[in-house]
Amino acid sequence: MTGEQIKIVFDALNLGFLQTLRLFFVTLIGAVPLGLLVMLGRMSRVKPLSLLMRALIWIIRGSPLVIQLLIIYYVPGIAFNWHPWGGGESGRFAAASVAFIINYACYFSEIFRGGIQSIPRGQEEAGLVLGMTKRQIFFKVKLLPMFKAVLPPMSNEIITLVKDTSLSRIIALQEIIWAGQAFLKGTRGISGNVLPLFFTGVYYLAFNGLLTILLSRLEKKLDYFR
Amino acid sequence: MHILEVQGIQKRFGATEVLSDISFTMERGEALSIIGSSGSGKTTLLRCLNFLETPDAGRILVNGETLFDAADARKKRDREIRKKRLHFGLVFQSFNLFPQYTALENVKLAGQLLARERPDYQNHKSEVLSEIDAKAHALLKEMGLSNREQSYPFQLSGGQCQRVAIARALALEPDILCFDEPTSALDPELTGEVLRVIRELADRNTTMIIVTHEMAFARDVADRVIFMDEGRICEQGDPKEVFEHPREERTKQFLARYRQEA
Ligand SMILES: Nc1ncnc2c1ncn2[C@@H]1O[C@H](COP(=O)(O)OP(=O)(O)OP(=O)(O)O)[C@@H](O)[C@H]1O
Ligand SMILES: [Mg+2]
Repeated sequence: MTGEQIKIVFDALNLGFLQTLRLFFVTLIGAVPLGLLVMLGRMSRVKPLSLLMRALIWIIRGSPLVIQLLIIYYVPGIAFNWHPWGGGESGRFAAASVAFIINYACYFSEIFRGGIQSIPRGQEEAGLVLGMTKRQIFFKVKLLPMFKAVLPPMSNEIITLVKDTSLSRIIALQEIIWAGQAFLKGTRGISGNVLPLFFTGVYYLAFNGLLTILLSRLEKKLDYFR
Repeated sequence: MHILEVQGIQKRFGATEVLSDISFTMERGEALSIIGSSGSGKTTLLRCLNFLETPDAGRILVNGETLFDAADARKKRDREIRKKRLHFGLVFQSFNLFPQYTALENVKLAGQLLARERPDYQNHKSEVLSEIDAKAHALLKEMGLSNREQSYPFQLSGGQCQRVAIARALALEPDILCFDEPTSALDPELTGEVLRVIRELADRNTTMIIVTHEMAFARDVADRVIFMDEGRICEQGDPKEVFEHPREERTKQFLARYRQEA
């Protein structure tokens, strides 16, 4: 490749990676609160609500994310002649965000549930006997141990999410793999070149490396208690 | 006036009646120990006193004030329950220390949170907080834990954890401090240090209810002993009397079993 071609390739890859990062962060920011809500519904004493959430979690975790992406992007238009996503890249991004947030919220909700259940009943009772309010018990007693308990499984999911963003290629979102693949098919005077596609892997590795370092630092910070 | 008056407490879990017509009184400064075989309802009774369980019938009075009355819907579903349970302290068999806080922080936390509700808190914040701090240091010193103040629970032995838990309960100055088998989760060589601390509290006339399987301790430390059997108070009285001349057949059987083991 000439120097000029290299610049073309990396500009395209950077742009694709930006879209990857955007989807990653939007999913994370949306799926954590939604995951908490799903968990609350799942643990609710209102039977219909809890059953509904269990069904949702089962469907979302039991079926491929790729299919969920296709359904969310295409089915409203095909089945109801309703076009919530609008056209172009922004429409695809909106659809992908919704699919990813719902999918990851269901996974997160189960992790959060495990975190809550990892706190022994005696912690709450000790707080009550010491005259604390439910609110104080949650924030001062349970929250940090819960956070510590969910951090390792959350780290796993977060690393997986980075890679899962590439699935949005199925609805032609222009994330980094889409960008790399374009040079294989041929674009801007470069075709049949597989190197850019290989190079996308380096982007993933570098970003996940960074995340791994940050997350394990956070885990270390919480090592002071057991 | 009695510091504690328990009248006709009854508690059911589903169909099984775990406590039946429990009535007794306590005087200020008295150490009462409760003995009885496993499943006789000792823990449930302490949990009722600490509002962790709601009795199905009966009343609980502290210093003449009715804290709980199963017949009075208002006193039963009381929103002020949080304040009322502060009349009692509870030391659990399994300590239940908060793992993310040091020994000192464990002792101080509840007091700090309660202080925020005091009307003069904003104006006297630093004095209030340093008072709480000084009290926590003093309590841990009493428990022989001055050098462990900055340790986290996982760094402490079971006996040390239990002593921190006792300091934590004492920090709120409850009228009546309850112990639920405070040494049962400990290795035998660690029970002594916890029993010694409780004995010191008894010597200083701390009002206490001690559920225990340590018969020698119950006999020597308590001013009065209650023997529970199948959710009822079977026999109560002076420890020397109950241990040496039990009147009830069930008490005799229970104590005989212990003598065999010893
Ligand atoms: N939450 C509950 N639900 C149903 N049954 C319970 C519950 N808590 C206690 N019980 C039952 O109540 C009875 C009394 O239990 P409790 O724990 O008060 O006994 P105990 O005297 O403290 O026994 P131990 O010496 O073993 O601690 C037991 O038969 C127990 O199985
Ligand atoms: Mg018990």
